Amino acid sequence: MRTLRQSSPLMVTGKYLALAFYVIFALFPLYWLAKIAITPDKLIFTEGTALFPSRFTFENFQTVLLQTDFLAYFRNSLVVSVGTAAITTCIAAAAGYAFSRFDFYGKRLVIAVMLITQMFPLLMIIAPIYKIVAALGLLNSLTSLIIVYTAFNIPFATFLMQSFFDGIPKDLEEAGMIDGCTRFEALRKIILPLTLPGLGATLGFIFTAAWSELLFALMLINSNETMTFPVGLLTFVSKFSVDWGQMMAAGVLALVPSCLFFIFIQRYLVQGLTSGAVKG
Amino acid sequence: MTAVADSASGETRARGSFYFRYMVEPYLYLSPAIILIALVMLVPLAIGISYAFQAVNLLRPFQSGWVGFENFQALWSDRKFWLALTNTFWWTVGSITFQFFLGLGLALLLNTHFYGKRLVQALVFLPWAVPTFLSALTWAWLFNPTIGPLPHWLAALGILSEPFNILGDPNLAMWGPITANVWFGIPFFAITLLAALQSIPGELYEAAEIDGASPWQMFTKITLPFLAPMIAITVMLRTIWIANFADLIFVMTGGGPANSTQILSTYIFTTAFRKLDFGYASAIAVALLGLLLIYAAILLVLRRKLVKI
Repeated sequence: MRTLRQSSPLMVTGKYLALAFYVIFALFPLYWLAKIAITPDKLIFTEGTALFPSRFTFENFQTVLLQTDFLAYFRNSLVVSVGTAAITTCIAAAAGYAFSRFDFYGKRLVIAVMLITQMFPLLMIIAPIYKIVAALGLLNSLTSLIIVYTAFNIPFATFLMQSFFDGIPKDLEEAGMIDGCTRFEALRKIILPLTLPGLGATLGFIFTAAWSELLFALMLINSNETMTFPVGLLTFVSKFSVDWGQMMAAGVLALVPSCLFFIFIQRYLVQGLTSGAVKG
Repeated sequence: MTAVADSASGETRARGSFYFRYMVEPYLYLSPAIILIALVMLVPLAIGISYAFQAVNLLRPFQSGWVGFENFQALWSDRKFWLALTNTFWWTVGSITFQFFLGLGLALLLNTHFYGKRLVQALVFLPWAVPTFLSALTWAWLFNPTIGPLPHWLAALGILSEPFNILGDPNLAMWGPITANVWFGIPFFAITLLAALQSIPGELYEAAEIDGASPWQMFTKITLPFLAPMIAITVMLRTIWIANFADLIFVMTGGGPANSTQILSTYIFTTAFRKLDFGYASAIAVALLGLLLIYAAILLVLRRKLVKI
């Protein structure tokens, strides 16, 4: 290829060094998190800053899972994230389909409004949302979080789904409609199966976003039973700020679901964006 | 296709179908999205703007009502607000500069061929998937001299006189969240720029190579012009996003020490969350929104001027 044309050994070494720098920079904080999590409590102060622990233990994970409320936080976060991802993806798929296949009155306005919702500071509505949710008696309920997160994520998910629908030729469903399907049947039987990878990617994005959200959860939830993982972890940190091993073990656990989703979608990510970019 | 289906049933049916396709059917698919966005985002947005002109403090429920521009007058003479504004500027500029250049470097590297590319790509994009609260906590821990290595390394390099926590030093604290933000944001730039790089036709480079262009010439004459639109849009969107981004700072320093890391968005959140003073929080938010609109307007005007030339 072009860049390897007259590549001197020096250039190649430099390139691999640069890549190594990026990989180490990306992984080191996560490695450190895992390292402290498996370091026995007794050793933390003597070798807290050593690169490798001399002994390791899974005690911290055990304590976190069995003796704290983290399993409940985990469950709450799972309910909120899965609920948000599922509902958002359905609604966004419908909206993305409309943007992709119809030319209609008011289309530009709807798109503009959706773009604007991505621009203004979300914190601006944290106070009104709190008051509305409080008035509805939904404070400390996971339902309110699901509804709020769903609305926040719909615009992005809609544009994502639109780009996936744009990648599927219109002829397919038109052929189906000539054969006597209604448009909705054609959508369900022909188009949806083809866009399954797109639906998967959207689910992954929204799940990760809902899993990470902190500020609205802090505002709307303060009972221990309905805390999501971020709120629970933060409360734990401010209460027991010296249980380093346990905090980091909890951190590692919080990482697991997002990383699984990420590994699942990451290869797809650049491809999807590229195909969108090629088409302009 | 409708023409085929409708030709038998005459003109009225055709007009009805036209009406259905352009006015009704799309909105059947769109209505759940529109209703939810309107109820959860647009209505609260309007209410939020109205709060900026009211006294709304949950701790003082009997002193509520319209106050005109009183919140903004208080804002004008609030030293913390101006400090937060300056901090927002440095936070945004610092974060975006490092994110962009490191992200561009990574995208250029990933656009070449090397051994183990798929694995490397997966690993370097990983920080993007890490929940923000966790990135914040992890970096706060890394900067802690008891359990983190960074203070010791910095001291060994002579940057710090002794290993102490920079998050507790008003002069240095901002570098903590900026580092975390750079770590977290490189993948975003790398992904978008890599996608743009991959859409540059390879023939251009081949032609340039035949004409004897140097790699630097190819970079400045082919790569950069092709990337420019993507760079412009991502930098603009990212600037707005980072200026609004409160999570990292809130978790790492809570705006302290002595408000040295307080940016406008964390100031909004702490005012609403800790003091429950919704009126004042909304006034800060309206000010932030105004500043962002001015920023976007300036960029759009600049872009129009540059494109003309």
